[in-house]
Amino acid sequence: MGYYHGILLLVGIFITLTLSLNLINGFCGQFSLGHAGFWGAGAYASAVYSVFYAFPLPAPINMLIAIAVGFIAAAICGLIIGVPCLRLRGDYLAIATLGFGEIVRISIMNTEMVGGPRGFINIPHWANIWWVYGVAFVIALFMFNLKRSAFGRAIISIREDEIAAENMGVNLFNSKLFSFTIGAGIAGMAGALFAHTQQFLHPSNFNFMWSVIILVMVILGGQGSVTGSIIGAVILTIVPEALRYAGGTVAEWRMTIFPVLLIILMMAKPEGLFGAHEISFRKRSEG
Amino acid sequence: MSQNFIYFLWDCLQYFINGIAQGSLYAMVALGYTMVYGIIRLVNFAHGEFLMIGAMCGFYALRANLPMPAAILVAMLSSGLIAIIVERVVYRPIRKSGRIPALITAIGTSLFFQYFGQLVFGADPKTIPPFIEEKIFNLGEINVSNVQIAIFCITLFVLLFLFWLTHYTKVGKAMRAVSYNLPAAELMGINTNKIISFTFFLGAALAGLGGMLMGYTMSVEPMMGMNLGTKAFVAAVVGGIGIIPGAALGGFIIGIAENLVAGLYKSSLRDAVSFFILILILLVKPSGILGKNMKEKV
Amino acid sequence: MTNAHSPLLALENVTMKFGGLTAVNDVCLKVFPHDLVAVIGPNGAGKTTLFNTITGIYNPTTGCVKFSDHDLKNTKSSDITALGIARTFQNIRLFKNLTVLDNIKLAKHTRIRYGFWSGIFRSKKFKEEEKKIEVECIELLKLFGLESKKDFYAKNLAYGQQRKLEMARALATEPKLLLLDEPAAGMNPTETKELTELIHLIRDKFNIAIILIEHDMKLVMEIAEKIFVLDYGNLIAEGSAKEIQSNKRVIEAYLGAEVNL
Repeated sequence: MGYYHGILLLVGIFITLTLSLNLINGFCGQFSLGHAGFWGAGAYASAVYSVFYAFPLPAPINMLIAIAVGFIAAAICGLIIGVPCLRLRGDYLAIATLGFGEIVRISIMNTEMVGGPRGFINIPHWANIWWVYGVAFVIALFMFNLKRSAFGRAIISIREDEIAAENMGVNLFNSKLFSFTIGAGIAGMAGALFAHTQQFLHPSNFNFMWSVIILVMVILGGQGSVTGSIIGAVILTIVPEALRYAGGTVAEWRMTIFPVLLIILMMAKPEGLFGAHEISFRKRSEG
Repeated sequence: MSQNFIYFLWDCLQYFINGIAQGSLYAMVALGYTMVYGIIRLVNFAHGEFLMIGAMCGFYALRANLPMPAAILVAMLSSGLIAIIVERVVYRPIRKSGRIPALITAIGTSLFFQYFGQLVFGADPKTIPPFIEEKIFNLGEINVSNVQIAIFCITLFVLLFLFWLTHYTKVGKAMRAVSYNLPAAELMGINTNKIISFTFFLGAALAGLGGMLMGYTMSVEPMMGMNLGTKAFVAAVVGGIGIIPGAALGGFIIGIAENLVAGLYKSSLRDAVSFFILILILLVKPSGILGKNMKEKV
Repeated sequence: MTNAHSPLLALENVTMKFGGLTAVNDVCLKVFPHDLVAVIGPNGAGKTTLFNTITGIYNPTTGCVKFSDHDLKNTKSSDITALGIARTFQNIRLFKNLTVLDNIKLAKHTRIRYGFWSGIFRSKKFKEEEKKIEVECIELLKLFGLESKKDFYAKNLAYGQQRKLEMARALATEPKLLLLDEPAAGMNPTETKELTELIHLIRDKFNIAIILIEHDMKLVMEIAEKIFVLDYGNLIAEGSAKEIQSNKRVIEAYLGAEVNL
């Protein structure tokens, strides 16, 4: 039972994480390749609070604070990285964010206070499945409503055509920075949840490979689709686990199957399962 | 001038020399990145893996008692061949889908080879001996190895060869044409697919060469492409991605900077150096030191 | 507020250089409220570049662009739109994967009167404002005959309809000055006639000034109250349609200098 519970927790956390990257990559069209860095920054920051600076308050309130700490720390990283990088074009932005993601990870690795390469242990178990899915639900609702408001439309128009968007009155820099910072912050929240359910953190959990995994979840679901991100996160958390559980050669080869699936996805349906749309019960789907 | 200061200067020179040698390796690998980007605007994430496959094949060639020059040839050919196959089977069909799908495909290819390599070659590190018998020259306070000198010379030779190729041969001019404007080049009768394949082959072969020459300074294992590839890529960006001399310039800069920081400061920060330089360049001049700023026409 | 005698838009000695290339050279022109003027000239004369300096995509190398006496130097395009200048693009820049309606709604961005959190929590103000915007946008679409296509993705529209949507979207920003960059490109004579009527209609209905870049001389001569002619970045003539048609320099610019046999 504990095993399935663990998987369920991960699914919830990855839903939030995928949604947060979708805001940056999918809604705003800014190709960010260092997202795991924000996740890690939030996870570690919240853990630092819990382990070293926690107030003597009941656990639920402390968890709320930890989530806030995670959000703020990651959002600040997003701000620091976003301000210089968001004026870069596509490929360059991807490279810069990749670099920053690595810098965050290496910095964590070199910080003694949080255990460095040995990892950070004994984080209190303040979060549970209710917290994880509660946050996921709130974030999903937030993104869904954002999409249907003027600010969401503005962000999405940047993805479609930056120059046209600017000439229709959208302040590019502000909107991009907003997406980037909030996207980072939400990843930080997922980090806090991760830290307080796993109770253990290690820098290797926040490396480039993980940035890619989160990216694949967004792409699989469809950039710009909230439903898509949820489905993408669910599929890509459960399937690799299922393959590992299957054991034997399948388990050994699962890490090769994963990238192959990614490539096939790009060849067959680059827009992902849902494209930029949501699941709709109407005949014509609304964007 | 105090004694300490003089020793400090000698140390710097040593690191500088080590940096040049290391930089030569980065330059060789960076050339592949820059040539492919120049021709189809793709950051070939899998380039490091082409190198890895070449180095692995070279290792097995040595194990099969082939002489070093033959092993190097094997390495270069295997890298090049894998590159051609990947381009044909995976990259070419994706090209029409846009840059982001192409980039993601490259990432997928890279990951595939890393894990596939682990299964096929085993994750244990393998060692390659220096390609020539190493002799260390003692010049007062510093040591220079003949291997270092040789690799630097070979790199220079490669650069001269590429210059000759791109400016004085038909193939090279075709490469430049394709990199400026692919559709126009096609209309001029250039077989762009062949040129692109050739570029991939050349870039990967050079990476394989670099891997064999400097393989003795690092462990040859399936993940080696990741670390080395990333740094070489940064070198290409720093120098100006798409520009061949830029790759060399970037390579030397990264190599020297890494060695200076590792030697004078903290060796654990070695890997962070390339990223810092990357961020610096992207903030100050994203098109790279030798790069030109290309703006979109409205 | 501008009175009838002060220009809505004034270009004072505007020069635009790109390195060694001078795209626009020392151009002075004035446009008054409710004007309907055209900028013409051979390809490469600098017409679109001129538009780009007005809408803030480029900053003039020297000279200044004034809108309602407000110097637009270093002003972002998005702010210029908020001030009341809108434009269409020569090579259509629609939001392809958004619906027709969403394309128009986006243009209302600077006129939205609810805050960020109102949008997230879907407050009463949000719902009212969104409804108002929807009604306005659909009205605008009706004007352009695109109402039935409001839920289509912009990329799925026919070319002529896409051009119309470009115009409708620019109008949705509630401008005082509208810049149309080759609105008739690729249109057949029937569509062009329709366009002529449409342009007159929107000028009168929305009480705006319109500047038109066009190559279709029939359209220009029929519609423009004043014509500016650019050649190699220089303003070589300005005047009414009749005056321009008989202007020697203009004829030379388009047809080349006369050869004396």
